[in-house]
Amino acid sequence: MTDLRTYKPRISTWWWTRKRSYTVFVLRELSSVFIAWFVVYLILFVYAVGQSETAYRNFLDWASAPWVIALNVLALLFVLLHTVTWFSLTPQAMVVRIDDWKVPAFHILAGQYTGLVVVSLFVLWLVTL
Amino acid sequence: MTSADSIQLRVSRYRPDTDAGPHWQEYEVPLRKEWTVLDGLNHVKNEVDTTLSFRWSCRMGICGSCGMNIEGEPKLTCATFLSDYAPGPVTIEPLANFPVIRDLVVDLSDFMAKLPRVKPWIIGAEDHSQVEPDVEFLQTPGQLDAYRQFSMCINCMLCYAACPVYGLDPEFIGPAAIALAERYDLDSRDHGTSQRLDVLGAHDGVWACTFVGECTKVCPKHVDPASAIQRYKLKTALHTVKAFLLPRGAR
Ligand code: SF4
Ligand code: FES
Repeated sequence: MTDLRTYKPRISTWWWTRKRSYTVFVLRELSSVFIAWFVVYLILFVYAVGQSETAYRNFLDWASAPWVIALNVLALLFVLLHTVTWFSLTPQAMVVRIDDWKVPAFHILAGQYTGLVVVSLFVLWLVTL
Repeated sequence: MTSADSIQLRVSRYRPDTDAGPHWQEYEVPLRKEWTVLDGLNHVKNEVDTTLSFRWSCRMGICGSCGMNIEGEPKLTCATFLSDYAPGPVTIEPLANFPVIRDLVVDLSDFMAKLPRVKPWIIGAEDHSQVEPDVEFLQTPGQLDAYRQFSMCINCMLCYAACPVYGLDPEFIGPAAIALAERYDLDSRDHGTSQRLDVLGAHDGVWACTFVGECTKVCPKHVDPASAIQRYKLKTALHTVKAFLLPRGAR
């Protein structure tokens, strides 16, 4: 084969700003950081509850500091973004066939949101008990 | 000259023997309702500048050779109308993520090397019980339907041009190759799934994909490579779990 003198354009660090869908993708990936934060938050919370009543009160005081609230609101937004975008991708990843019938994407989506509502209600019932 | 009946093409040029890198060149072509971007380029080639290089063949969305980046989006130029970009200019670049050989011609040898690795052909049962030459392989419409979508690929490489993962990590085997692997996996006549899993479960296989989903959006044939890749992830994961839990014979 003859030697090809080719050139390959370099990909800029900012490639993900070029297109809306790329940006949404990068934000979705970034949301994992906030999910990790929620996990840490939950562990701290459970730990405080397990310690003593004062530890629990201290935790509540700390958790009501403006920066913690702001962080949690931001994290919630990212988690919602993650959930919605991820749910909408699921029908592509999971193709359910019953005999020769392909379950429509809408049913899979509806199933996920129903699951989310059921789990949320259960958690709500658990914490307000 | 810019007028309503003409449109400017802003074309990326690169001649390997004289140019250090790509540069822009502008051409003015007639704007006709039925003209595609490819018609515009052919007009330039025939009437204005014979040195311009680009690939095409069928000019009807079948051969997959006319893919280019139009206004930054990977498109089949024979299926993209100039009038959609009026009043212009229209930027025309070679397909992204591939080395450029000349002007709008890219080097596809990377894909050519990757494609056979996923064994995109029907692999018979090992005991040859099903490959008697006089046996007809019947398939129900439902069985055909299971893989038909993935068999529509024309190897146009638009999905590779749209994929940031492939752009950043050229080792990634890529959307079309995986979609073709899935096409044969889902075929009721095929028995090659485990052979393909070995290739696609490797680090440069399906796990390199982070599900950006652009491959599916740009595919002119509605192949949905993103779906093929995620379904493969599920398959490889299940396979690993099974290999871990079940004794050898039961897999
Ligand atoms: S999957 Fe679609 S975009 Fe990718 S090569 Fe095949 S036809 Fe082209
Ligand atoms: S020229 Fe064949 S697909 Fe465009």
